[in-house]
Formats: sequence, structure tokens, C-alpha cells
Amino acid sequence: MLRQVEGSKAVADTVAACRPQVICAYPISPQTHIVEGLSQLVKNGELQNCEFINVESEFAAMSVAIGASATGARTYTATASQGLLYMVEAVFNASGLGLPIVMTVANRAIGAPINIWNDHSDSMSQRDSGWIQIYAETNQEAADLHVQAFRIAEELSLPVMVCMDGFILTHAYERVDVAEQEQVDQFLPPYAPRQILDPSNPVSIGAMVGPEAFTEVKYMAHMKTLSALAVIPKVAKDFEIIFGRSSGGLIRRHKTLGAQTIVIALGSVLGTIKDVIDEMVAADIAIGVLGIIAFRPFPTTEVREALSQAKRVIVLEKAFQVGVGGIVIDNVREALRGTNTAAYTVIAGLGGRPITKQSLRSYFDKAVNDQVEELTFLDLDKDLADAELAREAGR
Amino acid sequence: MSTTPIKFYQVGSFAVGNRLLSADDRSIQSDPDRTNALTSGHRACQGCGEALGARYALDAAMRATNEKIIAVNATGCLEVFSTPYPESSWRIAWLHSLFGNAPAVATGVAAALKAQGKSDIRVIGQGGDGATVDIGFGALSGMFERNDDVLYICYDNEAYMNTGVQRSGATPPAARTATTQAVGENPGNVFGQGKNLPRIAMAHEIPYVATATVADLRDLEAKVTKAMSFRGARYIHVLVPCPLGWGSASCDTIKIARLATQSGLFPVFEAEHGEVVASTAIRHRVDVEEYLKLQVRYSHLFSPKRRDDVITHLQSIADKNIARYNLISDESASS
Amino acid sequence: MEKPFAITLSVNSSLANHTGSWRVEKPEYVHRMPPCNNACPAGENIQNWLYIAEDGSYEAAWRALIAENPFPAIMGRVCYHPCQSVCNRAELDEAVGINSVERFLGDHAIEKGWKIPAPAIESGHKVLVIGAGPAGLSAAYHLRSMGHTVIVRDATHAPGGMMRYGIPKYRLPREVLDAEIDRIKDMGVIFEMNTRVDDVHEALNEGFSAVFLAIGAQLSKRAYIPASEAARILDAITVLHDVEDGNQPLLGRKVVVYGGGNTAMDVARTAKRLGAEEAIIVYRRTRDKAPANDEEITEALEEGILVKWLSTVKHAGENSLQIEKMALDADGFPQPTGEFETLEADSLILALGQEVDFSLLGNSADLDTKDGLMPVDSTMMTSHPGIFAGGDMIPADRTVTTGVGHGKKAARNIDAWLRKTSFEKIENKDIVTFDQLNTWYYTDAPHVVRERLEATRRAKDFSEVVKGLDESNALYEARRCMSCGNCFECDNCFGVCPDNAIIKLGPGKGFEINLDYCKGCGICVSECPSSSIVMVPDK
Ligand SMILES: Cc1cc2nc3c(=O)[nH]c(=O)nc-3n(C[C@H](O)[C@H](O)[C@H](O)COP(=O)(O)OP(=O)(O)OC[C@H]3O[C@@H](n4cnc5c(N)ncnc54)[C@H](O)[C@@H]3O)c2cc1C
Ligand SMILES: Cc1ncc(C[n+]2csc(CCOP(=O)(O)OP(=O)(O)O)c2C)c(N)n1
Ligand code: SF4
Ligand code: SF4
Ligand SMILES: [Mg+2]
Repeated sequence: MLRQVEGSKAVADTVAACRPQVICAYPISPQTHIVEGLSQLVKNGELQNCEFINVESEFAAMSVAIGASATGARTYTATASQGLLYMVEAVFNASGLGLPIVMTVANRAIGAPINIWNDHSDSMSQRDSGWIQIYAETNQEAADLHVQAFRIAEELSLPVMVCMDGFILTHAYERVDVAEQEQVDQFLPPYAPRQILDPSNPVSIGAMVGPEAFTEVKYMAHMKTLSALAVIPKVAKDFEIIFGRSSGGLIRRHKTLGAQTIVIALGSVLGTIKDVIDEMVAADIAIGVLGIIAFRPFPTTEVREALSQAKRVIVLEKAFQVGVGGIVIDNVREALRGTNTAAYTVIAGLGGRPITKQSLRSYFDKAVNDQVEELTFLDLDKDLADAELAREAGR
Repeated sequence: MSTTPIKFYQVGSFAVGNRLLSADDRSIQSDPDRTNALTSGHRACQGCGEALGARYALDAAMRATNEKIIAVNATGCLEVFSTPYPESSWRIAWLHSLFGNAPAVATGVAAALKAQGKSDIRVIGQGGDGATVDIGFGALSGMFERNDDVLYICYDNEAYMNTGVQRSGATPPAARTATTQAVGENPGNVFGQGKNLPRIAMAHEIPYVATATVADLRDLEAKVTKAMSFRGARYIHVLVPCPLGWGSASCDTIKIARLATQSGLFPVFEAEHGEVVASTAIRHRVDVEEYLKLQVRYSHLFSPKRRDDVITHLQSIADKNIARYNLISDESASS
Repeated sequence: MEKPFAITLSVNSSLANHTGSWRVEKPEYVHRMPPCNNACPAGENIQNWLYIAEDGSYEAAWRALIAENPFPAIMGRVCYHPCQSVCNRAELDEAVGINSVERFLGDHAIEKGWKIPAPAIESGHKVLVIGAGPAGLSAAYHLRSMGHTVIVRDATHAPGGMMRYGIPKYRLPREVLDAEIDRIKDMGVIFEMNTRVDDVHEALNEGFSAVFLAIGAQLSKRAYIPASEAARILDAITVLHDVEDGNQPLLGRKVVVYGGGNTAMDVARTAKRLGAEEAIIVYRRTRDKAPANDEEITEALEEGILVKWLSTVKHAGENSLQIEKMALDADGFPQPTGEFETLEADSLILALGQEVDFSLLGNSADLDTKDGLMPVDSTMMTSHPGIFAGGDMIPADRTVTTGVGHGKKAARNIDAWLRKTSFEKIENKDIVTFDQLNTWYYTDAPHVVRERLEATRRAKDFSEVVKGLDESNALYEARRCMSCGNCFECDNCFGVCPDNAIIKLGPGKGFEINLDYCKGCGICVSECPSSSIVMVPDK
């Protein structure tokens, strides 16, 4: 049903339609509206056979999710930023145990300095956690990805992180076609766990594994995660058949055919980028956009294929590796291995700094002529920063 | 199983079983067909109190629930010695997640069961003292506060044993550990620190809190059984001597636990909804010294120089427990 | 269920890990010697029959008991229970009332009419027992059980020896004595009463393969006491014998008994019951030096018997006695003080001990005697092959129980001798001491005191003074036994093993160590209440 709703509400209603049995959450902006919405649905009886647990920390939230999932319940939680870091130990544990938990990360910067606004530092910090990570471009996609996330998670017995930009998506009111219950039920079968804590058929889950088998365990996790590269597009296709709209998948191309320059990005910023690119294409500049929806596992083959005709690639990132540079760029370079395609990183939108069309256009204009550094911080007040660095160095 | 002492003169209600008692009056452990929630082949040290305590408690829980339990275990000796790949010593549905999250994981299990309409299956959270009073404390308090339907059992061996005997918030004063060495003016752990988790649990006013030891099996079983008769958050704190960490003879595990209770250092009691409802009277009172001297972790109190000041201080803690929990009943005083 | 590799494990799979390999010592179940058993002169397995009695299996308990001693009802009355003096429970609260349980079992057996079966196979050997006292009867009983033909000859007209002609019936009712002796008769032992044997060798020629001598010590010791003609001096044995035979001895109103042993107590108490207004015991030494059993002294005093401790009889007159006060010297020996006192006395009964009457030896020189007693070797055989001896006539304690023990031991050796083998008793000297027990597990349970007849009432007749226990008390008392050194299936070992390495074999079968898993921690040994498990080196 097409509704003008807040992104968080769209997600909450969609998650509810997935019939989760245990939801646990600890509040943190900008995730709050999602869990408040779910709490309300449980409390007023719209979402039945579901336990909503108000935990005392994100660490507990993920831990409750682990227990619930291992007991055969479809389990959901949501967090952001500091909250995600606070639960890290359990995040890794959930994937290690192969528990198909779905978690929304309402992307937000990480302190210090404390900052509630959007960027991707939080989820990016968890790129090696063993979770599948998918990034939503719009609220429609954010909602739809949750339905798909449960399918992917349960099919693979791996947890899935659905990343949506905090505030930009979570707090934006847009028209969203919120999934109907019947459609969801048709798309998402009841959770059939791979293994379950059951007194009538007991197993011991969570053994200590030593050097003799640890590598094998990890290799298997790797292979299993890679198999998501086949599952994710299949699920997206099924979704399209039932819901009649396309959402999800591994990557999304926009005007990449014949483009000499391809901009790569994740999440909501893709919308702004597309606007700029459309203008540039209209001005006969051979430029296109490649949106990455599935960042973990990284669709290297698909990305390589999409970039095969390009002369240069620009990777726009909302997070970076301090002391190194971009994060996504590393993966893109892997996809470019053996080509002489140039690759530039632009770090943008940190801590919620607006990414304007204007700034993007001026950067792209330079980039298509290879007039940018390998690493650029968009809209950086370099004078200020340099002066401060000099002052601190002088001390 | 009855909780009133059995009028049986030879071995009273203290021994594990005795052929003269009716099957109902025997302990669960005396049953040749007992469940052995923790079975043979585990890798606990010789004489490990924790292995014993866990089997005692979980067998009782199995009996009380018609074997419908799921246990969540924190990281620690119990976890490590029971489930090193490729062998598990458990015969129950069991999950280990992390060191500091067992109470929360248990909450999740309980929530999942409730959501699935399987509330006949009961949930146990368990861990060492470190997992309980330190790293998992927040999660435990949260579980208590929400009154989740979980029985949490702490196997207290008074230090981080699995990592090599470092101090925990449950390490008693003056005890030597790998991080509270027996050196300096005040050797061993400092006085005045540490957490009394049973009392903290009581402050949450949860339905049931109890302490027990491996020295009084029947009491422990009765408490687990009773705990299973409540819904909501319950807490049992079991003293489990650790021969390795305490520097005691492997054969003395139960004896030391007994002396801990008989000296008053470890009070055995029960509380419901935040109020103490019963305590186990001391049968044969001993000075704390009797207890201390069997353990190398206290040996610095006796040599090279005897530290009467410290021993007296420890005695005063025991005396305080005796007064606070009424551990010397009129009956036991007269006998 | 699909189990993820390595992270998820099958339950109970650690059973494949045999932790027994860690062990350097292993526990072993043992049967140790309880002090009570060790002290019992009759060699009873007290702990064992108490154990059997504890669950109410009285007949089985009784049968286990009589395997060693055919007289539980008698023992329960007259035995001085040295077992109780060494009972470990005494250090916890009070000794187990072994003797009272024994009496209960004995009385219960009489009440129920339990019988001892005659032997299934006759050996063809014929053995003569001379003397129907406890030693002779015990030997007869055991020999008969072994299938031998046994003939008991005794000079008196009723069997029992001093149990009948010494111990008064207020301590040992004759129905009880008769009942327990009748059981032996019923086994086919042949009694030839009123048959004094005057020559052992003659008897041997009658075709007996072996002889057991148990003639006791029938002669009262005499002491030289200056006495006037009219003085009435009797000896205790004769008095008691006469009483038993219904010949009321003439004792008078005031009776003085000279001696400090049990016989003195018994005869004084008997005198009271026969109507003496006053019975006074005169004894050279102090109460704690008196050979009489303390309980008996107490009972005598309760009945109004007076005792002149540290006194000797100097002269006996018609109606009076002169006694001299004694004083203990530095070594604790009584020495005359020269201080005299006169006591009114219609008669003086001497109770100064007994001697063996060896007249039956005839003119045999090959039967050695020494200091008025007959020495025997470790098989109870005298210096004459085939002639064995026991009881009061050999150098040993003079008690009923000792006699019973001798009879048993002699029977076993006679049997071996007849079969031309030798009887080897496996001596278990691994005696359990109190500190080896883990007494935590025993509930405090004070000893049940047997009810006694009110003192004023009891000095008037010969009814039994000490009452038996009723069933519930007997059960209580039996259950106080700590089962020293012998497993009583308390399940502690089974419960306390952190490695579940103990196998419970089921009622009566005890336990077994599963060496696959036992790590050798020793908790089972420490927590065994009864010290029935020991650690032994392994490998
Ligand atoms: C008054 C008194 C009280 C006692 N009280 C106790 C007591 O409470 N507890 C206790 O344990 N002990 C007691 N005793 C000691 C105990 O009775 C004896 O130690 C025990 O009876 C000795 O047993 P025996 O078989 O060796 O000899 P006896 O009991 O003396 O029996 C010997 C038998 O041999 C017979 N006999 C002897 N010579 C011949 C022969 N030539 N031919 C055939 N038969 C013969 C006798 O008639 C007699 O029947 C007491 C003794 C006395 C005198
Ligand atoms: C987050 C985290 N910190 C530290 C550890 C290391 N660690 C594992 S077990 C343990 C000590 C366990 O102590 P306790 O809970 O008392 O159990 P015990 O081994 O004494 O039975 C520690 C410190 C860990 N596994 N995880
Ligand atoms: S270190 Fe202590 S707690 Fe750990 S297995 Fe050994 S005895 Fe048990
Ligand atoms: S407690 Fe029992 S076995 Fe031990 S000495 Fe006493 S009667 Fe004998
Ligand atoms: Mg610990």
C-alpha cells in the first residue's frame, strides 16, 4: 500500500509484516523511530506472537537476539553508531554461530567527537564481522530490503545487516509502497532453522575450536558468505515477481553503458549523485553510476564486469580508514585488478555534512579530466584544518 | 523431594542417598539413572568443584522440568572443559555465546520460547563468578530487572580461573591470585572491595535468590527445585572450590566448601522477593582458620610470618555473616 | 538437524575422552575392620548384622549374627560388650547400643520361633564335648553345623554352665537361656546330662574322633579366714547353684559378701532377693579397681547393697565379722591400717574367684596344666592330639562371650583337624579409627538407654531387671551404627564424583569405579563417611 510515511515507520511496518518473534533493541538516534514503531505494534497487538524486549544495552540486544535466534525464533534488532560498536563482540558471535538475525543499522558517525549525524563509519567498521551487509538507497528500498534480508539470512543461516542512512532515510517522509502482509507471507516462508536449541533433540552449540579446525571453520564461513552472491539476486528476482517492483540485488547500474567515468557509491547519496550524473550526461559527458547494494560479500565479479569499459572510477565513500584512505576503494581495486583503469576516492558526508549537487559536480568535472588527487575530502575546509595542524605541531 | 530434614539417624539428610531412605527422600544424585547433565570425559581438573556443582544443579533442574531445559553458558572453565571440539560433555540443549552475555542470551532463549508457545521449556543461564559479578553484571542486572523467566546460576570459584586465576569481583580479601600477589604489607586481595551478588540480586526483588555449596547437595537440589517452581528471574549462587586456583588438595573440594559454610564465611540462605526467608544453621562451627589453612591462596597468612591481624579481620567477616543471617540457631547452639 | 561443523557438537560425545589416563592414584573399595568386630570375643561381624538389621531385615540380621554366636538373646543380657567400649561412635556422641540391638534380635528370634537348620550332610565324625557351658555349647553348635555328630556331656542336670548356675535369673531369665539352648538341641546335638566325665581318655576310646574340653572353673577359691565354729561361711558358687536348683540356702537377715567381682555382686543381689534385710559387700580395694562390671556395681548399689570398699575380713564370728580398713599405698595397693570394725552378719559368702577342677583328667600325664589352667595352642588344641579346650579353663578372660568365641574357634580347628586340613583365619587388622571417618554425614543421635526395672521393686523378686528395646528403638539404635570401614550404600561416592566415574550396582551390590573416567581426585575417599574407600597407586 502506497503511503506517505517516515522511513523508520515504513521499515517498522515492513519488519512487522515479516512476523518476527523476538525483537530487542536499545535506543540510539537515529534508530529510535524504528524500534518505537515496532514496540507500538507489539504493544497494541498488531504484531502478535512476538516478544519485544527492552534490553539494557546494545550488547544485550545482540545477545538476546543470539539466544532467541538459536532457539528458532525469527529475530530482529536495530542500532546505530556507538550502539553498533557496543555490541561488536556479539555481532561477530552471531555470525560465527550462523544465526540468521536481521539488524537495521541506521547509519551514523562514530565519536569522539560524538556526532549523531549520518555517515557510514559504523557499519563499515563491521565489514569483517561475517555479516551480510546491504545498503538501501531509498526508503522504498530500505523497506523492501528488510523483507529480502530475512529470506537471505534464513536461507544461508547468516545474519544480515540492512544499512540505511540515518536521518536522511530514517527520518524522511516519502511515499513508500509498504509491503502487504499477504505478499510478505507469500514471499517469506516461516523460519525453518538449520539448528535449534531443543531439549528433545539437544545439541551443544558454541564449542571451543582450536587450531586443528579453526581455519576450516573460517574457510567454510567465507565460502558460505560468498554463496550469498548467488542468493541475493535470486531473492531480488523472487521479490520482483511477487511485489512487482525491483529492489535489492547486488549492484545497480545507472548510465554505465559507454560511460568512461563511473562513480561508485552506497546508500542514499546515490540519489544525489544520479541527479548530478544525469545533468552531466545531458551535457554529453560519458559518466555513469554504479550503486553497490551488497557490500558484504563484495560482488567483485559483477563490479569488474560493470567497470570493464570505464577509463576511470570514482569511489565516493562516507567512511574511511584513518591513515590509509577509502574502504570501498580497496574492494573496487580488487575488481579492477589487471586493468589500468584509474581510481579515485572521495570521502564525503562525514558526520552528516551535506553532500551537495554543486560540490559533487565540481569534483566530477575535475575528476573526468583526471585532475583530482587519489584521495579527496569533499568540501574540506583545508585552510582551517592545516592551520590547526600547524598550530598543534608547533606546540 | 522433601526439604525438611529426614528423621534418619545414621546419616541424616546429609549423605547423597542411603538405601534406607525411600526413593523420594534420596537426593537426585543418588539415582542410578540420574540424567548426568554434564557427563564423563570433560576436561575439568581433578576434583573440580565447578564440574560437580554444574551437574548437581542441572540434574536437579532437569528433574524439576521433566528434562525440558536449555542452558546458556558464559565463557569460563565450565564452558571450556565441557565443549572443546570435537567433544561435548553436555546432554542438554546448551549454548555458549560469550563471556559477558549469558544472562542476555538466556533472556533471548526465554523470549523465543515464549513467542513460540513453548513455555514448558525452562531456561538456565550459568557462568563463573567473573562472568556473573563482573563482565556479565550489567546483563544479569538487566535480566533481573525485567524479571525474565531465567534461572541464573553462578558457580563461584572466587576468581577468573580459566585465564589462570586472576582476581575477580568475587575474590575474597587477602586471597592470593595471579593479580593480587602475596607480597607487600597487605598481601593478597584488598579488603573492602568485591561484590556480594546474592544481596545485589535481592535488591532487584526478584522472586528467588539463594546461595548454596557443593558441600550440601540436598540443599542445592532443593533450591534448584524450588527455583524452578517460580516464574521470572531467579538467582542461585553456588560456592564451588577450585583445587587449582585455591591451592587445595583435589580430594578436599567438598570439605573446603563445608568449612566455608561452617566458619560463616559463606552464608547459605534463601530469599524471596528481596527478603531473606531462610538460612542454613551452622552445624559444627569452626574458626575461619580451619578453612583458610587448607588453601595455598591463604598460606601467606601463616608463614613466613603469622598474620593474626588479617585472620582476625577475616574472622570478623564470618562473624558478621553469622549475625546477619542468623547462622547459629538456638538449636545448633545447644548441641 | 544439520549440525554446523565444529561449532555444534553432539551431546555426550565426550564419553569418547577417557580421562582415566590422567590418574596416578585410584580409589578402591575395601572392607576394613570395625573396632567393634575386632573387640568382640565371639568374633561377631557386628557392623554387618547391624547393617542388615537397619532396614528391618531382622531374620537375616539374626542369621548373620548366629553364624558366629548362637546366643544373641543371652549375649544381649550378659555380655559385657567390649565392642561398645571401642565403638567409634562414642567419640561422636555415645557408643552404639550394640548389645541392646543384639538382645532385640535374639528375643525377636525366640518370639518368632526361628530355627537353625540341621546340617545337610553328615560328616561321619563324632565329637565329644565335655561341659555344657557357653564354650561347650558354642563348640557343639558350630561342629554340628559342619555336619559332625556331637555329644555333649555335663555333670549337671541342665545345660548352660555358669549361665545357669552362676548368672542369676533376674539378669538372664531361664526361658531365654532354654530357648537358645533348645535351638541347638533341635539341630541334633545330643545332650547327655548328669554325666560327669571322670576320665577323658576313656571317652576317647568310645570312638570319638576329637574331644572339646569346656569344664569351666567350678571350684570356689578359698581364703583363710579365722572363724569361730558357729560362723556360717558359704561360697558364692554353691549359693547360686543351690538357688538355681531350688534349694534355698540359709543366709539369715544380714549377709556379708566378700569379694569385688561380678559373682560378689550377683550373690549379694541374690541374697537381697532371698529376703536378706541387709547385704554388704566387703572388698579390699576401691570401686574403680573392682573387677566387677561397673554397670553391675551401679545396679547393686541402686538395689540397696552396701559396699565396704578398702576392707578385709579379719575374723568371722557367729553373728558378726571383724573387718580391717585398708589404705592405698603409693603404688595404689591396699595396705592394712590396723583399724578395725565389727559388722553384724548372719552369714559370710565368699566370692573370691573360681578354680578349675581337673579331676576328670584321671591319671593322664600327657595333658599339661599350668598355674591351674590348661594351655592350648593357636588351634585350641591341648598338649594331647585331638583334645581341644576352651572357656574358663584355659588362660583367657572369663566371660560368657570369650567362652563362646573359644567354642567357635575350637570347632573350626577341630573340623579342620578332622578333615586333616588346617583352618586359616584371614586376620584383618586394618582397624578403622575415628579420625578416618567423615562424621559430618552422621546426624547427632544419642544412645537409647534401656529401661530398667524400678530399683525398689526389683530387689524383691527375680524378675528381669533390664528391659529390652522395642522395635523402633532397636531400629534407631542399629541405624546409629556408622558402618566403620564397610560400605553402607549412602551413595556419597556416587554423588560426589565430579567425573561420574562411579557406577552404582544396585541395592546390596555397592559400587564400582569406572576407571575409564576416574581422574583420581580422591573426593570419593574423603567424603566416604565410613572410610570404605582408599586411594592406591595406579600404574
Ligand atoms: C556368678 C557369675 C556371674 C557371671 N556373670 C557373667 C556375666 O554377666 N557375663 C559374662 O560374660 N560372664 C559372666 N560370668 C562368667 C561366665 O559365666 C563364665 O566365664 C562362663 O560361663 C565360662 O564358660 P565355660 O563354658 O568355660 O564354663 P562353665 O560355664 O562354667 O561351664 C562348664 C560346664 O562344665 C560342666 N562340667 C565341669 N566339669 C565337668 C566334668 N568333669 N564332667 C562333665 N561336666 C563338667 C559344668 O557342670 C558346667 O556346666 C559369671 C560367672 C559367675 C560365676
Ligand atoms: C570479553 C572477554 N574478556 C575476557 C575474556 C577472557 N576470559 C575467558 S574466561 C575468563 C575468566 C572466567 O572466570 P569466571 O567467570 O570466574 O569462570 P571460571 O573460569 O573461574 O569458572 C576470562 C577472563 C573473554 N573470553 N572475553
Ligand atoms: S581451574 Fe578450577 S574451575 Fe577450572 S577446571 Fe580447574 S578446578 Fe575447575
Ligand atoms: S559405629 Fe558401628 S561399626 Fe563402628 S564401632 Fe560402633 S557399632 Fe561398630
Ligand atoms: Mg571463577
